[in-house]
Amino acid sequence: MNFNYSEEQTLLKDSVSRFIQNDYDYETRKKHCAMDGGFDAATWQTFAELGWLCVPFSEEDGGIGGGAVETMIMMEEFGKGLVVEPYVSTVLIAGGLLAKVGNAEQKSEILAGIIDGSRKLALAAVEPQSRFDLFDVQTTATSSAEGYQLNGAKAMVLHGGSADTFIVSARAAGDSRDREGVSLFLVPADSDGIERQDFPTLDGHRAAELTLSNVKVPAAALLGMDGAAVPALESIADEAAVALAAEAVGMMEKLYRETVEYSQNRKQFGVPISAFQALQHRMVDMFTMHEECKSLLLRAVMSHKAGDADFSKNVSALKYAVAVKGQKVAHEAIQIFGGMGMTDEMSVGMYLKRINVINTLFGNGDYHLKRFISLSV
Amino acid sequence: MDIQLTPNDVAFRDEVRAFLKEKLSDRFKRAVVGGYIDKDTIVQWQKILYEKGWIAPSWPTQYGGTGWSITQKFIFENECAEAGAPTLVPFGLKMVGPVIYTFGNEEQKARFLPDILQSNVWWCQGYSEPGAGSDLAALQTRAERDGDDYIVNGQKIWTTYAQHSDWIFCLVRTDGNAKKQEGISFLLIDMNTPGIEVRKIDSIDNQHSLNEVFFDNVKVPVANRIGEENKGWTYAKYLLTHERTAIAGVPQSKRAIERLKQIAAQEISAGKPLIEDEMFCAKLARIEVDLMALEYTELRAIASVADGGAPGPESSILKIRGTEIQQAVAELSVEACGYYAHALGQGVGNDYAAPISTKYLYGRAATIYGGSNEVQKNIIAKMVLGL
Repeated sequence: MNFNYSEEQTLLKDSVSRFIQNDYDYETRKKHCAMDGGFDAATWQTFAELGWLCVPFSEEDGGIGGGAVETMIMMEEFGKGLVVEPYVSTVLIAGGLLAKVGNAEQKSEILAGIIDGSRKLALAAVEPQSRFDLFDVQTTATSSAEGYQLNGAKAMVLHGGSADTFIVSARAAGDSRDREGVSLFLVPADSDGIERQDFPTLDGHRAAELTLSNVKVPAAALLGMDGAAVPALESIADEAAVALAAEAVGMMEKLYRETVEYSQNRKQFGVPISAFQALQHRMVDMFTMHEECKSLLLRAVMSHKAGDADFSKNVSALKYAVAVKGQKVAHEAIQIFGGMGMTDEMSVGMYLKRINVINTLFGNGDYHLKRFISLSV
Repeated sequence: MDIQLTPNDVAFRDEVRAFLKEKLSDRFKRAVVGGYIDKDTIVQWQKILYEKGWIAPSWPTQYGGTGWSITQKFIFENECAEAGAPTLVPFGLKMVGPVIYTFGNEEQKARFLPDILQSNVWWCQGYSEPGAGSDLAALQTRAERDGDDYIVNGQKIWTTYAQHSDWIFCLVRTDGNAKKQEGISFLLIDMNTPGIEVRKIDSIDNQHSLNEVFFDNVKVPVANRIGEENKGWTYAKYLLTHERTAIAGVPQSKRAIERLKQIAAQEISAGKPLIEDEMFCAKLARIEVDLMALEYTELRAIASVADGGAPGPESSILKIRGTEIQQAVAELSVEACGYYAHALGQGVGNDYAAPISTKYLYGRAATIYGGSNEVQKNIIAKMVLGL
């Protein structure tokens, strides 16, 4: 039993942490948000050169065979820096799905491009009515002699505006809430019949709404088994949930540390406000909530590594706890920063907004508490 | 990072399990109900552990310890709790024993330690006073030198199991003029000495665990003082910071949750078992998630000590969250029992409700004793956050 990082893992943590400290302050981040596509293409290339884009892929697929631990390490640091580059959407979710269910040809065509930074993909799985049920798919896939024709609407496609290719979930058979009958397709973003509306989200990231009208793709565009995509989608959703929770845990750490520091410098009634017990105990609670979420994060990550049957249950425990405690920590930070916490000049408010987005992605607190209960029976 | 136990630790765990399976009969599992103990049964269990050589895992081997690693100690405590073994009474084995072998002289070690290990002598703790709770150093019980004796006058309170105890270890004031932490001495006092009176405190759980202890010109040999005069605060602080692996009570809370689930499966609400009620399930699940976090927080603390380091800052939250979770389970258990949680009659309703209520009421003390949770927060604010 040990919770220590290996030498390679320590190097990875140091490398990401150093980058965030030296090259990614809050002003830089704001500039990235304002750029085309909502992130900095040069920074993305730097990620590629530093080898970060290949971390989760197997050596066979051109990566270094990193696992949940490596992803956690990177995401915690990204969280501290509020990184807006599309690491989760392109590398972890789209790349992860391809690595999981793609055939040799699809992998060799696309993964190398993800790893060298030249390609961006986005998963289009959510629909306006589906909320957190990835099996709830109304977009249809009709097969024809040349391949498939897709029709429907996709919502909140993370970094969809900058993606060159979408992975679209569409129903090949069954009713809209059947677990069977959903397939995945690789769809070039410039295909005829795709309309995309790119928009910023409150946390400074980007998303897109897609409308697909008679979009034609060849038979080779089918990703994974026809009509059997739901298990793969749910599995990638669990992994993405852990990665996003790791990002939130990194933010919680940053928030409690910055709040402590701010309280030591801010004076009222002639003393630093850190001298007040009412605030001390609230900051202890922030620290405590961070440690609890960190423990649940380690629990989920280590159970993934061990191939534990309890993985999904651990994910739900983590995602629920982060939803409640992450938001609480951010609210407390704003309260203790006082008026300054309300300003756009300080990053505190942005941490809150990012935590709130993370809490909604891949299932909010209630969704995961319910799933936790159903997995406990 | 790796959560697996080593093969040696797995073998050790199996050995502990086999021992518990053989020796831990139902009689022992029933020795603690709510906050009330059956002294004879607990003594018998402690003697079984003594005979096995497992009564004091944390003690140095020369005084009767086991020489186990911290991981083995953790496994042992976990297995005992999971199997439902009675919790050892801590006052001798975990409190005064370590103070005696660390700060006592050879004569004191020879005189007191064997009886502690064999559970021949029961101890209680004389720390709190009416005017000295969280502010312990404000204590006023006086010990004045009279030749080879001290004459002790004053009052202790909240003295758990004083009615069962043969000896009490006390903090007393030996210098009224020094700074409040610097005039305190650590005395061992025979409860049979003339001038000691124990009065029961009626507590909200309707059980008898708490007492007041009065000292009226009680003569205590100077030979019963631990260490130097006026250095007692140092010894007491050592005791408070002494390695405590089981402070979070994770396995006990796990068992309490299992019990709660059994009860909720029997109780009917709105025409179906309570365990199928959505609101009940949500409350229970929230507690389970908190406990899962606590369990890993404890493992992280254990692992960092096993690595030869000090426990990390995460260990400081174990007492606070552990006791809050114990209380949350108890609160929900009372709720689950419905009407009969509030019945006092013998043989009324079911057999599980009364002990649940006792445990709930007794458990309100958990966030008060051992340094109240508010004091724990003060400590974290200062020591961890640097506030």
